Amino acid sequence: MTQEKELRLMKGNEAVAEAAIRAGADGYFGYPITPQSEILEYLMAAKPYETTGMVVLQAESEVAAINMVYGGAGCGKKVMTTSSSPGISLKQEGISYIAGAELPCLIVNVVRGGPGLGTIQPAQSDYFQAVKGGGHGDYHLIVLAPASVQEMADFVGLGFDLAFKYRNPVMILSDGAIGQMMEKVWLGPYKERSKDVPDWATTGKTPDRERNIITSLHLDSFSEERFNQKLIKKYEEIKSKEVRFEEFNCEDADYVLVAYGTSARVCQKSVQMARAEGLKVGLLRPVTLFPFPSKRISELSTRAKMILSVEMSSGQMVEDVLLAVNGKIPVYHYGRMGGIVTAPDEVVDFLKSKIGG
Amino acid sequence: MNDTNQMNDIIKPGNIVYKRTDLMTDDILHYCPGCGHSTVHRIIAEIIDEEGIQSETIGISPVGCSVYLYNYIDIDCQEAAHGRAPALATAIKRLMPDKYVFTYQGDGDLAAIGTAETIHACNRGENILIVFINNGIYGMTGGQMAPTTIPGMKSSTSPYGRDVEMMGNLIKMTDIVATLPGTYFVTRQSVHSAVNVRRTKKAIRKAFHYQKLKKGTCFVEVVSNCPSNWKMTPVESNKWMEENMFPYYPLGDLKDPEKQQEK
Repeated sequence: MTQEKELRLMKGNEAVAEAAIRAGADGYFGYPITPQSEILEYLMAAKPYETTGMVVLQAESEVAAINMVYGGAGCGKKVMTTSSSPGISLKQEGISYIAGAELPCLIVNVVRGGPGLGTIQPAQSDYFQAVKGGGHGDYHLIVLAPASVQEMADFVGLGFDLAFKYRNPVMILSDGAIGQMMEKVWLGPYKERSKDVPDWATTGKTPDRERNIITSLHLDSFSEERFNQKLIKKYEEIKSKEVRFEEFNCEDADYVLVAYGTSARVCQKSVQMARAEGLKVGLLRPVTLFPFPSKRISELSTRAKMILSVEMSSGQMVEDVLLAVNGKIPVYHYGRMGGIVTAPDEVVDFLKSKIGG
Repeated sequence: MNDTNQMNDIIKPGNIVYKRTDLMTDDILHYCPGCGHSTVHRIIAEIIDEEGIQSETIGISPVGCSVYLYNYIDIDCQEAAHGRAPALATAIKRLMPDKYVFTYQGDGDLAAIGTAETIHACNRGENILIVFINNGIYGMTGGQMAPTTIPGMKSSTSPYGRDVEMMGNLIKMTDIVATLPGTYFVTRQSVHSAVNVRRTKKAIRKAFHYQKLKKGTCFVEVVSNCPSNWKMTPVESNKWMEENMFPYYPLGDLKDPEKQQEK
């Protein structure tokens, strides 16, 4: 196995799979669903169980797959699952239990349009589900939003690191466009699977320690509230330390676009088009959606005239932008749905219509 | 002083005929008097203790009365979402193939909401033990009809008795999993008498033994009682179980290849 970085031309989905092997993942549990089935297919073809020892298993359902992740994570292993929107809905029960048991794991959502069976085309309509909890109860995932095949690969390792640092599930919120498109990607060298056993993991009780119990049950009200407060404290720490974003031409911007993932790529082009017409437009791309770059958006709103949130949804992230701006300047949403990727000139036209108005 | 000396003379290892199993914790069992759960917990604890596999065993507790299994047996445990224990066990065993992994599940958990996880884990032949406590009722939620509730049996959601026309038939999960190629040892036992306790212990010990040999899924059903929700005394409930449950759920091995070889 190579110890060097390697340049490959890959689909975003394939990059996730290859990066998982190279990151030293212990286990992958999946179920086929378009547009992300290449991840399971790639792993089955790559046979990492013969090289790194990584377990790869096709589960009987998304429900089973996420509960396999729970079991593996409870043993302190680096485990992950991937799916697309309808499948992620099925996983929400398990994700809530994983958050409640404070287990580290990686979940990838290659989002397609909905609700319901919807479409298999790309969308960003699972934002609420990803950043506001998703399942029942008070909890958050750490949510990473890749905008390239390179980031699909890079965020696998980053996701595992953050998951273990905070004992919290991490979601990569991608979409069908990034999952399916091919780009150049630099892949990191193969990392050995970790032999470290976290002190909380269920690996068999030895005489030198108390038994380890993985559970999310707190029947006593005061005990449950204490646990909720512990989670709040953890999320506050994450908010203070892990906000990641990128800015593009924001220094002098009168008008700031806020967009993540595929929409951010579109908006980069929109900024260039608007600038060519003499409009001072910039782009802020949240890389983490939870924690959200609220502070930076608030700062930008003290000197910009308007913010336009661009998402391939009916307007979900815009609610977090509105909270960050807190009424200081007008905030608008623009986005296409149904699997239609917004065109750069549509964004510029919409922006101009609001400036004119 | 003299009395104490006499007591110390009596209480010595050589004279002990019965004691609390070392692997049972000091926690007070929350089970109702006469409930079979406590007995099966003790059997599992005894076997892990006697086999010396505490440091190699991971248990998975369900949602239901036995959710707190992890409070009572001094081993590493995970608590699963309702019905999902076999999925957890699958991953734990595959990631740590040399450990012993068992699930402990009730009939609502295993035979209703967890049907898919149960059947597919068994069909893949996961090297795990599934202990299935079947008392024909949802205990913790207060006595609702279970998939294993027998025809005519009253529960809070079948207050006039289970009407098969309206509510469907009971399901025999043990018979179903015995037909799957992935299962190796499938048996149905009970713990309502001393002889049955011994048989159940023998079956569960055998299942741990088969797991060490990586033979496939072992499935031990224990037909049990629920005095509180059946609204009977413990003695009445055991009698009712013998007369009414056993005809639908006859005791004995459904699948044991090594037993056939012995013949």
